[in-house]
Amino acid sequence: MAEAVASAAVSAPAVSPSAPLPVKAVLPWALFVGLLMLVALYFVGAEQGATAVFAGEGVHEWVHDGRHLLGFPCH
Amino acid sequence: MYASTVRGLLVRGMLAGLIAGLFAFAVAYVVGEPPVRGSIAVEEAAAAQEAGAAGASGAASGHAGHAGHGGDAASGAAEEEEELVSRPVQSTVGLATGVLVYGVALGGIASLAFSFALGRIGGFSPRATAALTGAGAFALVYLVPFLKYPATPPAVGNPDTIGQRTTLFFLMILLSVLLGIGAIILGRRLAPRLGNWNATLAAAGGFIAATTLAFVFLPDNSDAVQPGFPAALLWEFRLASLAVQLVLWAAFAIVFGVLAQRLLDARTDGAEVTAQQQAPALG
Repeated sequence: MAEAVASAAVSAPAVSPSAPLPVKAVLPWALFVGLLMLVALYFVGAEQGATAVFAGEGVHEWVHDGRHLLGFPCH
Repeated sequence: MYASTVRGLLVRGMLAGLIAGLFAFAVAYVVGEPPVRGSIAVEEAAAAQEAGAAGASGAASGHAGHAGHGGDAASGAAEEEEELVSRPVQSTVGLATGVLVYGVALGGIASLAFSFALGRIGGFSPRATAALTGAGAFALVYLVPFLKYPATPPAVGNPDTIGQRTTLFFLMILLSVLLGIGAIILGRRLAPRLGNWNATLAAAGGFIAATTLAFVFLPDNSDAVQPGFPAALLWEFRLASLAVQLVLWAAFAIVFGVLAQRLLDARTDGAEVTAQQQAPALG
């Protein structure tokens, strides 16, 4: 019994669906796409509130209700 | 192979975030819009009263940015014409845009957090890791900051303090996420000595203690609810906000769990056949 478990673990250690993904493979995605996602969040959560990339109130007003209900300070 | 797995997880995370966003939008529209409408009505009534007391002279000057709320009674028709986005648009397409972009963006970020967490937070399957990632994200990104700086309905905010409130809110999110990650690392360090159960309890206790300290030392919300704002309406709004986020993260965790499990199982099946030829090239 114990032997069978041990041999299974030895024969397929790298192909377990829960095997950790190397940090080196995750990091580039985390940096570039993660940053892009944060920019998207900024536009939903904070643009034309405390700070503004675009002039006016258009973005703020468009996402106004979502901003309130998602918990962001709005105005 | 690993890079394509991470990319696959990222795409699935954004897709799961989109689907979760649709559910969250439904909740936001059905449960969230009534208290938003109610708050705007309170705001307009207060503005009308203020205008009545102060005369129509300059009472609206501090409220110039609120055109989308239907305008101040004080400035009347002139401001109605300036309305950038009408209420019907704000409460449907506008709301959907906000919630869906939020869902996709956080779905993507959560899938990256999942890629780091998989196999590193204990012996959990991909599906269980996805559930823990969703629960953790809900708690760290929304619930903990919400306890200090709760969501406020349209009528509550004072436009003069938006800078300070925004800074404090994002600082609280950052602090909550960093403390959460710290607690997870601490838990993993303690696990060999204390065992998984006690290590988890110790890490959770440390997180709660550190968060409580942050709550005590960070300044209070400068934007206290104005006297006279209906308490029941405020409660209804905050409960709706909580429901939107709870549904968003629950749906994300369930959908992403299924997709991630399927992707990683398929990778495992394929890898068994080709592992020996491919492994050296991809190291």
